[in-house]
Amino acid sequence: MKSLAELEAIRNKAKGSVNLRKDDNAVRIVVGMATCGIAAGAKPVMTALMEEVAKRNLENVAVTQTGCIGVCRLEPIVEVMVPGEEKVTYVKVDPKKAAEIISEHIVNGRVVTKYTIGAAQ
Amino acid sequence: MREISLHILDIVQNSVVAKATEIEVDICEDKKLDKLTVVIRDNGCGMSEEFLKKVIDPFATKRTTRKVGLGIPLLKMAAENTGGSLEIQSKEGEGTVVTAVFGLSHIDRQPLGDMAGTMLGLFTAYEDIRFLYKHKVNEKEFFVDTKEIRNVLGDVPFQAPEVYLWLSDFLKEGEEELNQMEV
Repeated sequence: MKSLAELEAIRNKAKGSVNLRKDDNAVRIVVGMATCGIAAGAKPVMTALMEEVAKRNLENVAVTQTGCIGVCRLEPIVEVMVPGEEKVTYVKVDPKKAAEIISEHIVNGRVVTKYTIGAAQ
Repeated sequence: MREISLHILDIVQNSVVAKATEIEVDICEDKKLDKLTVVIRDNGCGMSEEFLKKVIDPFATKRTTRKVGLGIPLLKMAAENTGGSLEIQSKEGEGTVVTAVFGLSHIDRQPLGDMAGTMLGLFTAYEDIRFLYKHKVNEKEFFVDTKEIRNVLGDVPFQAPEVYLWLSDFLKEGEEELNQMEV
């Protein structure tokens, strides 16, 4: 069983290095998590995004949830906000696409155009 | 919705929108009573008596991005399909309690689904909210209070990679242990 003592050790290690995400220059990834998003599979997408961020040790990325973005037919929707750049909206995302968005867009800085709302409409 | 855990995720979002600072998710699987009960309790803004009366109406949503709200009606249908029920109590300024009862062994009962992943998503997405999660399977119980975790972590976020992975394992282990006891 995982213990809180173990967590304490993690805290001591992580302290000092992880305050970046609170800054304004953090990358924000927002997942639509209203009824429409959840029914379309937003939860596995959220999990995939968070896992990918954790595995790659991306300290400067915050994954958050929001309600209905207003285009329910294109859910699951993921919005990526990189400071200083225009917001990118990805639609009909699945866990595989989510991992690709992290590696291509967040890590390599290349927007995955084929999954964006512009490509879908 | 194909799993009860997804309904829970959905209903909790209502609590978040209602600006709750404390949200309780309570699941109880009782073989003897043949019931699976889900209670979601929050200290958010609550609803007026008037709105409470029509909240199961899909067209009663308070959202502005679209005109229908299906969260509550879908959960009600899922519960009633198993011979269960849905009840909502709410008081303006105090909070809301949503109780869904399912027939545990009913053929139409949806699987509970991935509760570890659901709670992990909520804990990490809403770090400022205190979550109290309790899952009971017959006599065995798994309980998490995010305040305890927060106390250990101080200002290190739940989303810090190592913390996230720890939380993920912690929740998965807790859930697995419950199922091992279910003979």
